[in-house]
Amino acid sequence: MNKIVSKEQFSANVTKLVVEAPLIAKSRRAGHFVIVRCGEKGERIPLTIADSDPKAGTITLVIQSVGDSTRKICALEPGECLHDVVGPLGQATHIQKYGTVLCAGGGVGTAPLLPIIRAMKEAGNRVISVLAGRTKDLIILEDEVRASSDEVIIMTDDGSYGNQGVVTVGMEEVLKREKVDYCVTIGPAIMMKFCALLTKKYEVPTEASLNAIMVDGTGMCGACRVTVGGKTRFVCVEGPEFNAHEIDFDELMMRLKGAQ
Amino acid sequence: MEQNNMDSRNEQWRIDLRNSKTPKERTAIPRVEMPQLDPKYRITCNEEVNQGITAEQAVVEASRCLDCANPQCVTGCPVNINIPKFIKNIERGEFGQAAATLKETSSLPAVCGRVCPQEKQCESRCIHTKMNHPAVAIGYLERFAADWQRDNLPQEVPAMAPANGIKVAVIGSGPSGLSFAGDMAKKGFSVTVFEALHEIGGVLKYGIPEFRLPNHIVDYEIEGLRKMGVEFVKDCLVGKTISYEDLHEMGFKGVFVGSGAGFPRFMNIPGENLNGIMSSNEYLTRINLMEAGRGGDTPVLRGKTIAVIGGGNTAMDSTRTALRMGTERVILIYRRSEEEMPARREEVGHAKEEGVEFKTLHNPIEYIGDDKGRVVAMRVQRMELGEPDASGRRSPVPVEGAIEEIPVDLVIVAVGVSPNQLVPRSIPGLDISKRNTIVVNEETMQSSVDDLYAGGDIVRGGATVILAMGDGRRAALNMANALLGKFS
Repeated sequence: MNKIVSKEQFSANVTKLVVEAPLIAKSRRAGHFVIVRCGEKGERIPLTIADSDPKAGTITLVIQSVGDSTRKICALEPGECLHDVVGPLGQATHIQKYGTVLCAGGGVGTAPLLPIIRAMKEAGNRVISVLAGRTKDLIILEDEVRASSDEVIIMTDDGSYGNQGVVTVGMEEVLKREKVDYCVTIGPAIMMKFCALLTKKYEVPTEASLNAIMVDGTGMCGACRVTVGGKTRFVCVEGPEFNAHEIDFDELMMRLKGAQ
Repeated sequence: MEQNNMDSRNEQWRIDLRNSKTPKERTAIPRVEMPQLDPKYRITCNEEVNQGITAEQAVVEASRCLDCANPQCVTGCPVNINIPKFIKNIERGEFGQAAATLKETSSLPAVCGRVCPQEKQCESRCIHTKMNHPAVAIGYLERFAADWQRDNLPQEVPAMAPANGIKVAVIGSGPSGLSFAGDMAKKGFSVTVFEALHEIGGVLKYGIPEFRLPNHIVDYEIEGLRKMGVEFVKDCLVGKTISYEDLHEMGFKGVFVGSGAGFPRFMNIPGENLNGIMSSNEYLTRINLMEAGRGGDTPVLRGKTIAVIGGGNTAMDSTRTALRMGTERVILIYRRSEEEMPARREEVGHAKEEGVEFKTLHNPIEYIGDDKGRVVAMRVQRMELGEPDASGRRSPVPVEGAIEEIPVDLVIVAVGVSPNQLVPRSIPGLDISKRNTIVVNEETMQSSVDDLYAGGDIVRGGATVILAMGDGRRAALNMANALLGKFS
């Protein structure tokens, strides 16, 4: 049982929970995720870790409610408990000094991107972050991202905040302007697909962090399989990050849709 | 062990019992048949198919055993259970002593009595088989004794050595880990079991369906271990949540890895990543562990026609689970013939009785999807048997041009598993084989890392519950000796 310490509503469907998980808070690094269960009969849901506080023994999860299980998780109030939290799972992001790193986050994808932005900055990179969402309310964690970025570009589909347009418009502005050495993208599969197409054009090595269907999250079920470079890989143990230029995004989107 | 066996064999009660019937009388008794639920009824529920034999049936079946001077059945058992001793205790009505005999060498007799392939082990060496008679039903009797004890006697803590204060850790709560934990607790060690999932029991819970092994049987054994002082930590993945080094900092002096073979194999054929194609691990975990379709929040895909690929017990479990999920047509597709199937005969029989169609000597070569990416058909290649391969079985060879298309809306791939690399890869200096198994000294189960022992599928790559338990026992014996020599 893991207690909810605090809760913040980012938008109607996006909730931030700070959860007691002392061992995970200590061992997790940027890129890792956890599997949580709400209630005794709960589904196992993979969620990326947005932040942690090893001293307080807590981790921060940002959850978009898209189905029954995520709705149940988002409905939990401080003092209530998640039935299970296991992790940290997956491979941590490879962090090094590349030079200039472009970080592109779409919607709730900004949450798992934040620890990567921070780690990239700490490793001495110049970090340019592009945050995108359909509308102003869906731009999350802007202050936190600004604190670790050299430059932040905000894009909204409806132009209600920042510049009007999709994430790739903001990215291309940077790519045209200066040499980018590395790119990380996290967001909906369709967004990452177009980010990958764009950075391929500019020949910038790019990692995308995938959110696949999983049951156990430890390599047992194979539900999260995805084709990367023509080979089947398991997102849970080999990912969640892969070379974005090699990911079969169409297959990924098909698999995400088919499970619903 | 042999000494022990002989001692009991020469006790007066056993001599009298042996002389109470002639071998001819004993061999004339027909083998007991396991009472089973009706196939039509059982596919509507998840109740255990084998109902267990009655006390009367057990006593009669036990009297078929000739109490051989040199019992070969014992040599066929991976943990060398003193089979004649437990059977003769049943024959004389001392069911509690029969169960106690089982417990001397097996920590999970109620489990093994249900899932062991006795026909390939103990029963295959029974003297009756040499005379072309069916073997004594050792498995049924084992299950009877263990069940009788559970239903009639309070759960007792076995005789335990005084606590020695030495802490040992177990990674994984499947058969090898539970067996190791029980033995170490008996030897006075302080044992903590770390499990990655939210349930204790490993493959006994997520893999084997309840119609073959009810969860309460496993839970009873786990409760027994708790009473012996074994601690269980769920949701903890060693190598991720805590490291091997952390275990040392926490004061653990020895570590047993029994993390199993959880990595599902696929065939790498076109279309295999379509929706509606999943591993047997996924299908069974969703239904058994997560209770999909039975009150759990977890969904599972359904279909009118389901194909299951493979010929092992997991394939049988998948076909029979699919029937219980209301599937109209379940087809088992296996590339060799029925004779080569690694599944237990009993499981094959049960699957057939329940209405599973067997399409042997066929191998999938491609899956076809609709415009939404859901599988709608599969292409299968007809095979014939050629020369024997490395496994000694005749290898399947494609019959040129004999390809047919079968409409399906769900496919379960049960073509085997590989060791889960998560734990081994996280331990520095650990010798890992090309097959991703942990390399151990086969006698001691010790790995290339001094304080680390391993057993079960993480060492064998895919074996049985009883072999995993045997590994756990052997590792416990050897680790206990090593640690007691060092720390006391």
